[in-house]
Amino acid sequence: MSLDPTYLEYPRRALGYDHALYPYAPLPRRAPLAWPDGRRVAVWFTVSLEWFPITPSDTPFRAPGHMQTAYPDYRHYTSREYGTRMGFYRLLDAFDKVGAKVSVAVNAAIAQRYPQIIADILGAGHEIIAHSTDMNGTIASTLPVEQERALIEQSLATLEEATGRRPRGWHSIARSQSFATLDLLKEAGVDYCVDWANDEMPFAFNNGLVNIPLNHELSDRQIINVQQQSVDSYAQQVLDAHDWLNAEAQAQGGGRMLPLHITPYIIGLPYRMDTFERLLADLAARPDTWFARGCDIFDAFAANQG
Amino acid sequence: MREGSPDPELYEFQRYRARKPFAWPGGKKVAVWISPNLEYYEIDPPANPHRKSWARPHPDVVGYAHRDHANRVGHWRMADVMSKHGFPGSVSLSVALCQHHPDVVADANARGWEFFSHGIYNTRYSYGMDEAQERAIIEDSIRTVRDATGQTIRGWLAPALTHTPRTLDLIAEYGMDYTCDLYHDDQPFPVKVNKGRLLSMPYSLEVNDHYGFFIYNMSPRDYAQTLIRQYERLAAEESGTVMCIPLHSYLIGQPHRIGPFEEVLRHIAQDAGEGGRAWITRAGDIADAWYDAQEGGQ
Repeated sequence: MSLDPTYLEYPRRALGYDHALYPYAPLPRRAPLAWPDGRRVAVWFTVSLEWFPITPSDTPFRAPGHMQTAYPDYRHYTSREYGTRMGFYRLLDAFDKVGAKVSVAVNAAIAQRYPQIIADILGAGHEIIAHSTDMNGTIASTLPVEQERALIEQSLATLEEATGRRPRGWHSIARSQSFATLDLLKEAGVDYCVDWANDEMPFAFNNGLVNIPLNHELSDRQIINVQQQSVDSYAQQVLDAHDWLNAEAQAQGGGRMLPLHITPYIIGLPYRMDTFERLLADLAARPDTWFARGCDIFDAFAANQG
Repeated sequence: MREGSPDPELYEFQRYRARKPFAWPGGKKVAVWISPNLEYYEIDPPANPHRKSWARPHPDVVGYAHRDHANRVGHWRMADVMSKHGFPGSVSLSVALCQHHPDVVADANARGWEFFSHGIYNTRYSYGMDEAQERAIIEDSIRTVRDATGQTIRGWLAPALTHTPRTLDLIAEYGMDYTCDLYHDDQPFPVKVNKGRLLSMPYSLEVNDHYGFFIYNMSPRDYAQTLIRQYERLAAEESGTVMCIPLHSYLIGQPHRIGPFEEVLRHIAQDAGEGGRAWITRAGDIADAWYDAQEGGQ
């Protein structure tokens, strides 16, 4: 038994990455990036607002949170809708109480189906970033590139029509991209994506698109749904992270980001909301917190790049 | 090992009870070593017929980016906390990291850390290799780490824990002192090899951060408490033992985890001084001390 000889050949074994998507730059060796008013921790909430067709698609893959039972899967279809009708409005009220402005990653189908939600988001001063078409709009390298280009354009155009401006940010379903995605997003006029959780501060890809890393571990989906921890533990972990980042920013200069990806049908349940509201109040009470939207972080990063 | 035999004949059975108790240098009870896995995962690796690499079509953005966090952010944060509390690392190294991100390797070397090989990449598996191929990755590992750090590797943790029936014999033949691939004991123990000698160095899957967070789904504070309990129990037992804390900085170096982990290091470091029970050390030093304690040196 032996392996094909090419298995022991390493044509990309050289300084830097084994791809040309972005350059290597370790965080502690980059110039500090300061936030407005010298705040040390940019607390950036991204709420995913999603519509799951009751007819799920597995091409190129089935989105997390999608239908699970044989057709018709009333339980998952309606549980996701609960997040949009109920949980999301609890979240809007909670953000309002502490004056937090957030990013909302919106499926274009939400804008087509529920225009009132779009008005409520924009009226509260939140940012809308594009989150594909609907939850059948997944991207992977197994999707033909022309279909991917059309999907991105359809999402952006629909949201542009509904909101009056083209979204500046992009969030792929499950953060899944193809090797073409970064160039397609740049070509479509997007300023930044949030899919690569390989860093804790914004950085530019080689094609000029910016990544604002949305931590995929420190999310309600990962901690509460996947790892089955309590909402109290979730809140504790967020505050522990805030403590650490605040101290690190103080020691190293500039600011740090605390990206918090949340899901209305998970965090927006009645028995979790009190803890979440206490967490928001705790974050708001910390003098070093800057509640920022993705576009605010992008602008601070871009200004710093000169 | 004996290939194809139901008992692989890796080592002799020896019960914990009735072993001759021994102490580590300075009369310490627990040799505590930290093993940061400094890894490189390829974004588009070739397929191994015996094991799939990424779960998703390439690029697996979530998987790749998570590992990349280690080299951009996690390593630096984790290493600073370790140095602050006096813990060196014994690095499980994807040796191609020496080419891709020499800054990370140089940083670890400058901190006085030891290196052993974890294969070329954590996306190239040993399954299916013939002997010449396996020799090639061992020789590559020795040469690459020596060129990058001046150190000669003394140990091996198979890439992504993928072995062949001849791995242990080969690394002993190349003069390595220890393997981290066997999990049968809390003390070092000789491994049966064709030529030379080889120790099993207690590593750990059970208190590995990957198991803590993704097999047992622990919160950061629960994981920290687990490590403290592991340490306290071993320190209270009669003989010298080994406690390894295997880490991946893309996990332990996350901002919500590093604070609770620092409390673990503070706890153990407080028990490392005069009269304390912890010997904070490196894997190679444990191998040397074990031979000294057992045989007065071999």
